[in-house]
Amino acid sequence: MRFFEDFEIGQRREVGSFTFTAELIKKFAGQFDPQRFHLDEEEGRKSLFGGLAASGWHVASVCMKLLVADGQRQTEAALARGEEVAALGPSPGFRELRWIRPVLAGDTISFASEIVSKRLSEKRPQWGVLEARHTGTNQRGELAFSVLATAFGQRRNAAE
Amino acid sequence: MSKPIHMTMLTFEDFPPGRFGSFGPRRVSREEIIAFAAEFDPQPMHLDEEAAAQSMLKGLAASGWHLCSIMMRMMFDFYIGRTASLGSPGVNELRWLAPLRPGDDVTIDVDVAEARVSRSRPETGIVTFRTTARNGSGQALCEMVSPIIVQRRADVTAE
Repeated sequence: MRFFEDFEIGQRREVGSFTFTAELIKKFAGQFDPQRFHLDEEEGRKSLFGGLAASGWHVASVCMKLLVADGQRQTEAALARGEEVAALGPSPGFRELRWIRPVLAGDTISFASEIVSKRLSEKRPQWGVLEARHTGTNQRGELAFSVLATAFGQRRNAAE
Repeated sequence: MSKPIHMTMLTFEDFPPGRFGSFGPRRVSREEIIAFAAEFDPQPMHLDEEAAAQSMLKGLAASGWHLCSIMMRMMFDFYIGRTASLGSPGVNELRWLAPLRPGDDVTIDVDVAEARVSRSRPETGIVTFRTTARNGSGQALCEMVSPIIVQRRADVTAE
């Protein structure tokens, strides 16, 4: 990962895309969110979603999956250049999570992340607090998912 | 979009503001924590004891998204599964307050923060919950404020 100092407000990254197959939608729903419209095509069609729809928590978890993979790719690239890499800290939470449009079986969602704000942590001098808006857009270019997430970013002087 | 609902289903009228209930416990195993993290959040603090011990979380801890998903499953098992819910538009705010550890027994305290009839779809209401997940010691792990859309009983009996 990059250090806190290397993130700039307004910076945007495409973090990857993911196709939500019926099989994956039902597998996640069966485990964590077995509401009828996440498990059955016909029930999905009759619901507000208009088709078999991924659990919102599945969409959010896939967003995390792609963010982690993107961070790991950046880390590997930085190590290959002989640069120092930062640890990614845990997240204290998020706000304004919106399931804007249903993610239906077969949809491919492309996720992006934009830095919205950054500040130093009062309690933890070796960390900064980053706020990023992660979004998911479907194959028709429609915004389907958005969240304003907070995370700790390691500062360059963390070794002190 | 409304459809006939069984009379035992919970509707908008069953969610007045105030304490709705406390549910659980549900034990979370180390294997579950690692399996979820391997698929959705493969950071060392969620996968590996030694790496986790070095992290800010000071020991193996579940992905925050895993805890959200566990809370969803508990909400489903205890009331959403028998509620005339049409889904949720999102989550207003969520805070991860303490790590979820292997072997923790999770309970959820559910309050109705607000319940109002939808202006755009008056046959439905919007119920906003404040849900707190706690471990076996009663320590708050996560607090979430989130709405769901629920059918109204008047709409049900009219059919």
